[in-house]
This record gives sequence, C-alpha cells and structure tokens, in this order.
Amino acid sequence: MRDTVEFEAPAPARDVGGPAQPLVIARDLVKHFPLKSPIPLRRAGAVRAVDGISFDVLKGETLGVVGESGCGKSTTARLLMQLTAQDSGELIFDAQGVGSPQLPMKAFRSQVQMVFQDSYASLNPRLTIEESIAFTPRVHGVPAREATARARYLLERVGLEPARFAGRYPHELSGGQRQRVNIARALALRPRLVILDEAVSALDKSVEAQVLNLLLDLKAEFDLTYVFISHDLNVIRYLCDRVMVMYLGKVVEIGDTESIYANPAHPYTRALLASMPSMDPDRRTLAAPLAGDPPNPIDPPPGCSFHPRCARAEPVCERRAPALSDALAGHPVSCLMAMPDGGHSLPLRRMTPGLHAATP
Amino acid sequence: MTASTTPAAPAAPAISVKDLHVTFAGGGKTIRAVNGVSLDVAPGEAVALIGESGSGKSVTLRALMRLHPPRRTRMTGQIHVDNQDVLALDKRALARLRGGTVAMVFQEPLLALDPVYTVGQQIIECIRTHMKVSAAQARALALRALESVRIPSPERRLAAYPHEMSGGMRQRAMIALALSAQPKILLADEPTTALDATVQIQVLILLRELQRELGLSIVFVTHDMGAAVEIADRVAVMYGGRIVEEGPIRTLLREARHPYTMALLQSRQHGMDRGQRLQTIGGAPPDLAALPPGCTFAPRCPHARPDCLAGVPRTVSLGNGHRVSCILVAEPSAANAAEAAA
Amino acid sequence: MEMTLDKAVAPLPVERSPGYWATVGRRLLRNKLAMAAALILIALVVMAIFAPALMPADPYASSILKRLKPIGTAGYPLGTDELGRDLLSRLMLGGRLSLFMGITPVLLAFVIGSSLGIVAGYAGGWTNTIIMRLTDVLYAFPSVLLAIALSGTLGAGVGNALLSLTIVFVPQIVRVAESVTTQVRNREFVDAARASGASSLTIVRAHVLNNVLGPIFVYATSLISVSMILASGLSFLGLGVKPPEPEWGLMLNTLRTAIYTQPWVAALPGAMIFLTSISFNLLADGIRSAMEIKE
Repeated sequence: MRDTVEFEAPAPARDVGGPAQPLVIARDLVKHFPLKSPIPLRRAGAVRAVDGISFDVLKGETLGVVGESGCGKSTTARLLMQLTAQDSGELIFDAQGVGSPQLPMKAFRSQVQMVFQDSYASLNPRLTIEESIAFTPRVHGVPAREATARARYLLERVGLEPARFAGRYPHELSGGQRQRVNIARALALRPRLVILDEAVSALDKSVEAQVLNLLLDLKAEFDLTYVFISHDLNVIRYLCDRVMVMYLGKVVEIGDTESIYANPAHPYTRALLASMPSMDPDRRTLAAPLAGDPPNPIDPPPGCSFHPRCARAEPVCERRAPALSDALAGHPVSCLMAMPDGGHSLPLRRMTPGLHAATP
Repeated sequence: MTASTTPAAPAAPAISVKDLHVTFAGGGKTIRAVNGVSLDVAPGEAVALIGESGSGKSVTLRALMRLHPPRRTRMTGQIHVDNQDVLALDKRALARLRGGTVAMVFQEPLLALDPVYTVGQQIIECIRTHMKVSAAQARALALRALESVRIPSPERRLAAYPHEMSGGMRQRAMIALALSAQPKILLADEPTTALDATVQIQVLILLRELQRELGLSIVFVTHDMGAAVEIADRVAVMYGGRIVEEGPIRTLLREARHPYTMALLQSRQHGMDRGQRLQTIGGAPPDLAALPPGCTFAPRCPHARPDCLAGVPRTVSLGNGHRVSCILVAEPSAANAAEAAA
Repeated sequence: MEMTLDKAVAPLPVERSPGYWATVGRRLLRNKLAMAAALILIALVVMAIFAPALMPADPYASSILKRLKPIGTAGYPLGTDELGRDLLSRLMLGGRLSLFMGITPVLLAFVIGSSLGIVAGYAGGWTNTIIMRLTDVLYAFPSVLLAIALSGTLGAGVGNALLSLTIVFVPQIVRVAESVTTQVRNREFVDAARASGASSLTIVRAHVLNNVLGPIFVYATSLISVSMILASGLSFLGLGVKPPEPEWGLMLNTLRTAIYTQPWVAALPGAMIFLTSISFNLLADGIRSAMEIKE
C-alpha cells in the first residue's frame, strides 16, 4: 500500500519578470580583496579578483563559466550567491534588486543555491546526511518532520536509497555519493538557480558521467537554471548552452557554446581551446598556444589585461582597455579587434582553433 | 608485427614487472591494491597507466621504486628496473637507484618540494648525492637542468623558494629536479592534473620533447585519456589492481576490446551532443579490501556472465602488442595468429 | 502541490550509523592506558564521595601521642600526620576538596571561555580584536603568579581560590576556542549554511558547536591536573583551604617538616596529587587520540 505523505513543497517562486526577462542580470560587478600592508595606514594594493563583469543568465539555460587560475570564476560564484558582497555593481534577480525591499536576502537565498567542489568539506562531519539536507528547509521554517521527509525524498531522487544512506555520516560515503548529497541539499527549497562551482571536477570520470546525467534529469524535472563553473572544456561544451570565458577578473567572451567553440573570437579563447589535449595520436599538439602561467590578479597589466601574452598585441592594446562589444563578432567579445573603433589594425579573425597548430 | 610499432632489436626492457602483487595491512583490513600486474617498458618508450581511483595505478608506480612503507606493505612478484631486481636491493643500492636510475614527478609540486629550501638547493642536493662533483660544478649542472625544462630566467629560479613560483614553473622545477641526476626512467604520477589547461599542454609537450632528447623511458599515470594521447606510445588500462587491456595508443583508441576500456572511451563527453545522456558505467569502483573473485570488473560489466567470476581471465595477445584480459575476447585463431606474428 | 512518496517515511527503518561520539567512545574503550586511567579516576571519585562512610577513623581526631606513626601501624594503615590524625581518612576526605578544586574552576572556565572564544572566532573583526587582546593581557601573566596575586587580593578561602583559578584558566580556553572556531568557520559547510539563509546564531548552534566543543573539551580536560596542582599550591601557601580541613595540598604543606622523620608518610599527599594529575592527563590524551578519526 502506498503511503502518502502530504506536505507542501514550497510553491515554485512566482515568475516575476516573465520568460523573456533574464533570471540574473549582473552589471559591472567589482570585488577587490585588499592586501595587508606591513606599514599601517598605507594601502598595499589589492587582489582584483573580479574587475567589472557584466553578464546575464537566461531562464532555463545552463551558462558555463570557464577560465584558469586567477580569472575570478570562484569569486563570481560567491558574488552570485552573495556569500561575499560586491564592492560595487548591481545584481538583479528576476527583475528585482537583490537585497532590496522587494527581494530581501533570505528570500533570495531560498531561490539560489550552490554546490561546491569539495564534496567532503561542504558537509558538516557531525551531522547525518538527512540532517544536513533538512537544515535548509528548517532554517526557512519548515517543520522538522516535513523537512526530514523532504530530505528522504530528495535522497531518492538523486539515486541514494534513503534506507541505507539517510542515517550515515559524510565520511562513510564516496566522493560521488557525497556530491549527490550536496545536490540534494541544494534542491531542498526548490531553488530556481543552482550554481555548480567545479562540482564534478574532483570526481572520477565514470562517476562524473553519472552525476552529469543526474544534473540533466534534475534540471528538466525541477525546472532549474544552472551556472556551471569548470576548467574542463569538454564538460562545458557538453553541458552548457552558453559559455562565458573569464580572464584576470574580466569577461573576455560570452555567447553560444557551439559558436564559440567552433569559431572563438577572442585570442585568449582561441588559445584556451587550442590547449585541449588532442584526441588523435597522429595529430598531437606541436607547440603550446600560450607561454607562461596565468598571471596574478594583484597587478593586472594596463590596458587590455591579456596583451602581454597575446600574439596579436599592438601598442594600442597597452593604452586602451577594451569593453564587451558584440558589434563585429555577433556575441560580446572584449577585444579591441572586435570593436569597430577599437584602434587595432588587424581585423577580427574567427578561425577554427588551429587544430593544435597553434596559430594565434 | 609492423616494424614501426615494435621496439627495434630485442633490447632489454627498461622496466620489467612480472605478476606484481601489492597488499597493505592496516586497521584490521588487508587492502589488495595490485593483483597480478605484468608490464614491460622498452627503453625510450612512453607508457601511460590509465585508471580511476582504486585501480592500483599509483601503487604500481610507487612500487617500482619501493616507495611504500615497508612495514605495512607486502610485495610479491618481480620488478626489474634497468636490469636490477628492485625487490632484492639493499638500502644503499636502492638509494642509488632512486634519482640516479629512475626518478619520479608528482602531482602537486607544493607538497613534493621542500618549502624551506630553494629550488636550487634541492637540485644541487640531488646532484651531489648521485655524482661526485664540486659545489660549483653542481650549481652549473643545476642551472643546466633548469634550462633544459625551459623555465624563464633560470638563474633567478635557482634562488627561488617553491612558494614563490607559479604552478607551471613549480612543475617544471620538479621535472628539472627529477632529471638532474640523469636517470634513464621517469615516473610521473598525474603530473598535469593540478595544472591549468594552457599550462598543462606546455608541460605535456615538454615531457614529450625531453623524452625524445634524452631517450627517457616514461611511465605516466593519469586518469585523463587526452593527456595520454599527447605523450604515450602505449597505454595500459587498469582496473581493480589489474591491467585489463594494454596496447599501442592508436590501437587502443580505435580497437578497444575490453568492456571497461570501451566504456571509459564512451563515457567521455567528447563528441556527445548536448542534452543527450552520457553512457555511464553503473555501480562504483571496487572495494580493494573485499575484491570479488574472478574478473574485478564483472560486477559492473554489461556483458558479464557466470564464467567471469570463476577465475581471473587469462591475458590474450591480439598481436601487435595488444593484450586483453577478458574471457569474451578469444585468442585469434591459429591462422590469424600466424599472420599477426609475421 | 504534494509530493508523494512510495515508501512510508516516519516508520521507515533507516540504517543508523554509530555516530561520531559513539565511534570516539568505542576507540577510547580500546585504549588500555586511557581505560586504566579512567578506572583510577572513577575509584578516586567514588572514594571521595563516599569518604565519610569509608573512613576508618575520625579525620579530625588529633592525639599528640600518636603523631607521625609510620605506615602499617595498627589502626592507622597509612600512618598519622603531625597532629596524630589518621592519614588514610584524611586522604580520603581530602579527595573531596582536592578534586572539587581541580574540576570546578575548569568547568566554569570552560563555559565562560568557550562562549567568549566562539563569539570571537565566529564574529571576527573588531569583536575578535577586543576579546582577544583583553585575553592576551591576562594571558601574559604566568598562571601561578596570577593565581597567587588574585587569591592574595581576594583573601584566603575555598570560594576565593575557586574564583581566582577560574580567572586564570579562562584566557587559555578562550584562545583555544577562538582558534578552533576560526578554523571551522572557514570550512565550506559553514558557507553552505550561510548560503541557506541561516542566521549566525543558527549556524553557530547547528554547525559550529558540534565541531568545536570536542577539541575545546579535550584541552580543558588537560587543565584539570594543572588546576589541582595550582589549588594545592594555593593551599600550601595558606591562600586556599584553611586548616583543619583536609586537602592534599594543605596536607603536603603541614607535613613538610616531617619529611625527615617519616618520609613515606609525608610524601603520601603528594603521591595522591600525582596519581590524580597523571590519570587526568592520560585520559585527556586518550580522548584526543580517539577523536582523530581519519576518514
């Protein structure tokens, strides 16, 4: 006999802005972390983690965020979650300002959730799995019994048998299982946006595939929007509708995934895509597309932050910082070559990433 | 056998492992990490060991230098590195082997390099342990080692501490350290996994060039097929402490026969359409303290049969160095075998 | 909208793992040294509690004739002190005050110190600075000197001694509490809890406390032996317990001169202090090892 437990799932939040309204609008977000100066009262500079980024997240899409160390993608995730407050810039969620009287913080938090990279550190080692999952609803006033029931329901949805797993502790689960728990926890309040910060990076490839399938299923069933942060270009291409490429705290290119992967416009995107290891042993990568390491966001270069490593840099690139412009490339690109009045002498060339021949 | 893929005249293999078993005792459990691995690496050849967590690839690698804690570890079988029986070496011979004949590069340089000594000091220490040279000569050799890994401003790097360098440079420094005593064999345990994509490709290319220039044999452990494609001549796929399939890289990519290898290749996102579900391997990696009898992959194999649990499948040679360990893969018929051996 | 479940929920038997403290307990039970120490402590506590019933003689009955009898004297198994009182009875009864003065200040300091330390550790910023720098002021004094100075100011007596010892231990516990809380606060599950919209108070209650109280408790346990010795020292100096109350430190003081005539008897109170201190230390060590569960 089926046992029916009725409880009210939180009503899916009202769609305030309508389907055409982007779910998230971020405008000129800036976050600098000041460095401690050995001499008191003297400013020592700052880590310019996020240096003025603007982007939209459309309803129902999966937006990928890709970039290397120091690009600011993790800080961006924390800004989106408002785990850290931005120094300046606007964050608008479904046409309402985040933190404004129309959308106070707690209400915002029930609509946006995050899954972190380290599956073990994101779970309180002293709480059982179901207590961890039930914590979020209880914070928002759901009674204990119902919260536990919901936790068990979600455990089942993510593929972990409640009878076996609900009473366990995090250290008794494998990495893949823990990540499923983290996903279940993120869904406990039926959020509209889930941010996945390198959520599958630490998993084995076969487990990663399982978790990715799970994410696809859940997205359809719970009507979710994803922001997927990763350094793995293959996963991004597979999972994301649009992708945002970041470099040194700025957005260098953002647009449709297929379009960018096939014809990247920004020189950095080109180099990054060309750095993917070849899958053809007869056509191995002969020369690295970029030399050196990703730079430190403490002292970014003047003008365009990529110009020191760009094969097509010109003196104007050092003097003038480009802005995102979709005039020439069809999607926003931050490069003087992509701006009609950029001052760069070369035209924008959108080539297939030189098939590992590393042509800039 | 085609001449282009086999090594030339029967030179002694740089590494020869036969039926290696490694078990760890501890906490009341016995962990059977490696269960009968046999592997040959020819001089100048690059072999990739591919597998997931628990496959035994890192344990196998460390066994080649006897790096495991002696009290908790039991190793049986044969390991011959540069014609020396590693399992029988005494402590001094082992110390000479490590660094002098075979060296290792690790995944995280910040953990593998000593944080309180400069890079130069560590390289010089390694050089002077293995070669009788003066301090000045050692310094010159250390500089040359850093130059050979194409590190920018090598003189400055000699005096730099590990934490003062970026990730890619640290990894290059570690490679320089490993090669400073001029070993013939380089072991690499996921050396590029922790690096950014643009740096990873630099290090992979560097390793490939060094292998060519110095004639190094490389054993490269990774979980990333892409990295293996860039470097390896041969690939050995490991699961549950055994090699389930090995062969030249092209053969493995195009004609994989073992269900695990095929499933691994198919579960990549490379080439998949968005929204299409990935092929997954059901179940979870095996518990090394409680291995199933017979084929370790059987519990997760879509083609499993009762025979699979009867005993460990024999290794079948399909010619051209391609070997598979699965009862579903039969020995090529006598006629084919004769043809393949020709 | 209803979510229906195919299986019953509340009555569903869920596999319960033993849980952290149960695992710690089990590991502790396997540690023979810690268990031996625990048994000794239990025996001492029982002895102290039931002292009046167990004492063979009147601890206050003095007799000049019977002073400083050696161990093994008929009727006085452990000899007598300088006033002819039965040492065994005095040791048993003295255990009450000694253990009391060892445990109580630490308990009080644990409560006060943990609260201050956790607040400082979680809040950060100016709150942290103020609390920690004030703590540093007290911490700068060597504990013995501080105890003596406070006791001397407040006057002799058990209550004042307890107060001064508590004040001595609070800064040490605040430091440990703040350090552990800061570490826990920076872990990702606290971030995840903040991301759920929980208030700071809820986070501290639900996530921080259960991770932090364990290590602080272990540290505090190691302070018990210090407290006993300090209390004995205060009594020795005449600042704590007043005669004729039996207390091990006081007894050590008054028997001081007898060390030349009856060394074994004179050493007995010291031996009790030593036994208790080392048992607490071994137990604390055992708990600390048991808590390091490698996952």
